[in-house]
Amino acid sequence: MIKIRSLVKKYGDHIAVDNLTLDINENEVFGLLGSNGAGKTTIIHMLATLLKPSSGSATVNGYDIVCQPAKVRSSIGIVFQAPSSDDMLTGYENLQLHSMLYSIPRHTRKQRIDEVLKLVGLTERRHDQVKTYSGGMRRRLEIARGLLHKPKVMFLDEPTLGLDPASRETMWKYIQRLVREEKMTVILTTHYMEEADILCDRIGIIDKGRIVALDTPKGLKAGLGGDIIRIKTRYNPDKISQLDFVHKVEQSNGFLVLSVNNAKRDLPMLLRHVEAEIVEFASPTLNDVFIHLTGRKMKEEQPEGGFAEKYAKYD
Amino acid sequence: MQNTISMQDHLAKVYALWLREFKVFLRERSRLVASTFTPILWLFVIGSGLGSAAPSELPPGVDYQQFIFPGIVSMSIIFTSVFYGSYIIWDRKFDFLKSVMVAPVSRTTVFVGKTLGGMTNSLIQAAILLAIGVAMGIPFTPLSLAQAAAVVLLMSFGLTSLGLALGSYMYSLEGFQMIVSFVVFPLFFLSGALFPLDNLPEWLSVLTAADPATYGVDALRNLMLGTGTYGVELDLAILVGYTAALGAFGVYSFGRMKAV
Repeated sequence: MIKIRSLVKKYGDHIAVDNLTLDINENEVFGLLGSNGAGKTTIIHMLATLLKPSSGSATVNGYDIVCQPAKVRSSIGIVFQAPSSDDMLTGYENLQLHSMLYSIPRHTRKQRIDEVLKLVGLTERRHDQVKTYSGGMRRRLEIARGLLHKPKVMFLDEPTLGLDPASRETMWKYIQRLVREEKMTVILTTHYMEEADILCDRIGIIDKGRIVALDTPKGLKAGLGGDIIRIKTRYNPDKISQLDFVHKVEQSNGFLVLSVNNAKRDLPMLLRHVEAEIVEFASPTLNDVFIHLTGRKMKEEQPEGGFAEKYAKYD
Repeated sequence: MQNTISMQDHLAKVYALWLREFKVFLRERSRLVASTFTPILWLFVIGSGLGSAAPSELPPGVDYQQFIFPGIVSMSIIFTSVFYGSYIIWDRKFDFLKSVMVAPVSRTTVFVGKTLGGMTNSLIQAAILLAIGVAMGIPFTPLSLAQAAAVVLLMSFGLTSLGLALGSYMYSLEGFQMIVSFVVFPLFFLSGALFPLDNLPEWLSVLTAADPATYGVDALRNLMLGTGTYGVELDLAILVGYTAALGAFGVYSFGRMKAV
């Protein structure tokens, strides 16, 4: 559905997207996971024809993003990082405007608008001005707008950024529902590990404009080999790494992170050698995968959205 | 056949974009009140105040307040139209522009929709002022009102294009206000809105002749008061030329505007 070949975007000397090659299959939910500034949004903007690549090429739904922008635009829906509806208009009027911009025939327009409003649960508030909507509702309206013309591909750029945990979970439900009911390819970017884990069929981990890992969430975690034990101790890490059941020792936030085959079996052994203040063990999370691949912890930063993100009020 | 469909499609999109501008305009009534207030102030305070000092060169049978009336209508058009360019900056700030740019809509369509919104805005304000003009005793006929409305639309098309074109290069509203002040005040003061053009010093008459608004003011004065410097036909011809050039500048600027 999407073929990306050696795609590059440079801003002066800064390389935002570095020689990216990637295929995304039909009807899959693909996650681009990475911290802010990793190049996720730049990739989305190029695929959505809003930015011209410095070099390389890509096709979306068989259309070239540079030579056939109009065809690409008709094939895609997109939800931007910051809500982009006109808040002086009602939800319904926003959808009406966009259904006309996407040339949806007059006789099916109303029916389609009602359908997408129902899908995102905004039917009752459709005649209220968008400025009275909460942050979560605004995002859902964006999704409804992206769905209007039944696109083949849907881009969701940080769909839950700036939402509180409850609204975020609601959002996940709506995203899962649209994947089920509308049958489309979804590309979502996120810097929330949990989100990528729950929603995506495959995940590409992006760091400094490159894909550093590409697999299913399960595969990525399996790649770490076994379980993780996190301990807080004054004991020398080098001594611990000499224990034969410990594959690897990494330091993270004052903790030692040990890779072992089976935490339940190995933990008692470990504690026989090491005195520890705090002990945790778990099967690996995507966060561990990220630390493993980049040597850094994922930063949970403030939204990087612009003006609206700073001034609009969210719930 | 293909062409008719794409033309209809284009017009439907222009209509959609215009409708949005119009609805927002209707919902922000403070905008209308605030921008109608200033011209009325000029008309009555400057009109009466300077009118009592009575410049000697006025055409016979026309008092100063009546004389500047077409100029004040033009002032309202100049300010409203050029400052309309700030709305493209708002659209960009609130990411609305991005959502339109990612739709299968050409930049020209976006430009035309936005410009028609600005023209509607100017026309409504001019209509309020024209109603005041009727009350002031300007001798309108239905025909001259319709002709005046046409001149208003022509002027506001050109000046809205100019405002939007300037706005498309800018990212900050404060910057836009600054730059645009350098544009609108000369446009207004050099247009002969407040004084007759006939006996000006040479350096000034060169400048007024270069100002597109001069021909709008003159056309309106010809239509409303039956007196003017150039004659309606010449006014309109020059106005059409300027408007076409500014429209082309707008289309060009929107074409090269960055999407993100």
